[in-house]
Amino acid sequence: MAAAGKENVFAPWKDDAAVPLIRIDQVSKRFGDFTAIDKISLNIYPQEFFALLGPSGCGKTTLMRMLAGFEKPSGGVISIDGQDMVTVPPNKRAVNMMFQSYALFPHLSVWDNIAFGLRRDGLDKDRVAARVEEMLKLVQLGQFARRKPHQISGGQRQRVALARSLAKAPKLLLLDEPLGALDKKLRQETQFELMDIQEKTGTTFVIVTHDQEEAMTVASRVAVMDQGKLIQVETPQVIYEQPNSVYVADFIGDVNLIPGSVSELGGGAALAWAEGKPPLLGQPGASLAKGQNATFAIRPEKIAISAEEPQDRNNRVQGKILEIGYLGNLSTYHVELPEGPVIKCEVGNRSRVERRDFTWEDEVWLSWSDTAGLVLAR
Amino acid sequence: MTRLTTFNIVSLTLGFAFLYIPMLILVIYSFNASQLVTVWGGFSTKWYGELLRNEAMIDAAWVTMKVAFFSSTLATVLGTMAAYVLVRRGRFYGRTLFSGMIYAPLVMPEVITGLSLLLLFIAIGLDRGVLTIVLAHTTFSMCYVSVVVSSRLVSFDDSLEEAALDLGASPFEAFRLVTLPIIAPAVISGWLLAFTLSLDDLVIASFTAGPSATTLPIKIFSSVRLGVSPEINALSTIIIAIVTVGVLTASIVSKRQITRRLREEAQAG
Ligand SMILES: Nc1ncnc2c1ncn2[C@@H]1O[C@H](COP(=O)(O)OP(=O)(O)OP(=O)(O)O)[C@@H](O)[C@H]1O
Ligand SMILES: [Mg+2]
Repeated sequence: MAAAGKENVFAPWKDDAAVPLIRIDQVSKRFGDFTAIDKISLNIYPQEFFALLGPSGCGKTTLMRMLAGFEKPSGGVISIDGQDMVTVPPNKRAVNMMFQSYALFPHLSVWDNIAFGLRRDGLDKDRVAARVEEMLKLVQLGQFARRKPHQISGGQRQRVALARSLAKAPKLLLLDEPLGALDKKLRQETQFELMDIQEKTGTTFVIVTHDQEEAMTVASRVAVMDQGKLIQVETPQVIYEQPNSVYVADFIGDVNLIPGSVSELGGGAALAWAEGKPPLLGQPGASLAKGQNATFAIRPEKIAISAEEPQDRNNRVQGKILEIGYLGNLSTYHVELPEGPVIKCEVGNRSRVERRDFTWEDEVWLSWSDTAGLVLAR
Repeated sequence: MTRLTTFNIVSLTLGFAFLYIPMLILVIYSFNASQLVTVWGGFSTKWYGELLRNEAMIDAAWVTMKVAFFSSTLATVLGTMAAYVLVRRGRFYGRTLFSGMIYAPLVMPEVITGLSLLLLFIAIGLDRGVLTIVLAHTTFSMCYVSVVVSSRLVSFDDSLEEAALDLGASPFEAFRLVTLPIIAPAVISGWLLAFTLSLDDLVIASFTAGPSATTLPIKIFSSVRLGVSPEINALSTIIIAIVTVGVLTASIVSKRQITRRLREEAQAG
């Protein structure tokens, strides 16, 4: 994960003295009597790569459009670089947006599309030309400069849109699902390109995405949204390893969720989940009380599978293999427990020769360490 | 290419005959040497010569062109503005009323439009002449322009204009540099439509024309009432020729544009 190495060095959100670039304070947006954004408060710091994640319709685009100035908040204050933005029209903001649809001007060439914003600033011809050439080089589109947007491929269009929004060197760049239309390989390349650009230009990025893997790869912090509210804002690593709710755990990555009730609470938490079975041990989430209904969350890759009962681990359950999936780099096993739940576990395929250890209907043991799982309030 | 059946050939022939035989007869008789319109007296181009010496006719033609040019230009500006506000500026208070009102003149009987304009001009004491015809034609052709332009604007991607604003263009620059060039074909066809509407309008022009200015349709209509002269045939033939050339050029130009675009797209893909 990209942010993993960065985390020690770059974490302005932990620094009380750091001045945020964007302050979003109690911002709401209502369309008629529908609340699209519900009292969101959030600080985004200079040079962050901030990802907004959430299911369709949760208000990601609406939040971006308020930052860009296309929508006015129904309540609350947005300030960018210390300036209250409520009355500032989009064309007066040092913010550029890369639209999900790219919104390239169809009647202008690639070159003129990129030059559009620079010309609006009244730069002289030579400066415009120099900057456009620089941008074309950055996105490697030099030989397509004279083409119209309909004469280039989807991926090239996306890069033109990126170049156009970067050309003015904005303080803040908003990317609304910038890579949605690309195939997986090109998407990964572009993700790294984006991170590279971000490092070179020092621009602050806010990126909206449906693809959580993308968010994990590029972001310094991830915000998980649901129905107009922020559920958790954290680094990708924390979001993945310490989700603050079942919602986040379930939304980010694969997770096994086992319902039960809290039977013991101390440094760790124990969850009674089935009659006559030892409780499952894990780390306690926030606002947990003894006796409360809770959910045990465990990631599939943290579960080991074995034929014999493992003696060294407290968390162990027995079940029958329901399904085996081969995904190239790893295999997944769906194991049905007699108590009901189906547990998914992932095992890396290290050796090229397949070890046919387990097959359908085999009785197997699943086990994990005391710190691998989380007990989350429901 | 599919082969035409006999039935299709017959219906095609009948249809075209219905459309074009009257005009064909008119064209043939414009080369008639005889004074009598219905009697063929041999081939001659003398009526074309007569026409060129008929100053009242030339004046009327000139007035018609002027009126058509100015009214269609004015109507295009106003109609485009109206369409833009109605389609692009979202829902504002009274929008439905406005859009209903802008299209009302389309279905209003011309006699009523003409009469009301006449009353207005008299009321404000405006002398009837070229100016009043221009204003009258602008009024009724503007809603045609507005219809043509708004049908294009409906399919226009909002985010293009937002992108322009986002890149620092003022709302007016966004319109001038992005929206207008993209909807230009619709604006041009709106202008052409307004121009032709103005060229052949008789009813509204008769209400709003004064003794100082007469348009060609009025002139033709009034002279026909005194008896059809072969001169009118000659004039009509010229008009037909102009229209034919115009239509052909327009279709050739647009066809070229389409093929060029297709070729460019093929190269790109
Ligand atoms: N102009 C509008 N009028 C009324 N409702 C709107 C408007 N714009 C957005 N909404 C509503 O606000 C909610 C949030 O929309 P938004 O576009 O921000 O979602 P999103 O998170 O970007 O979703 P997606 O991932 O599908 O793009 C949706 O329920 C949407 O229907
Ligand atoms: Mg969206």
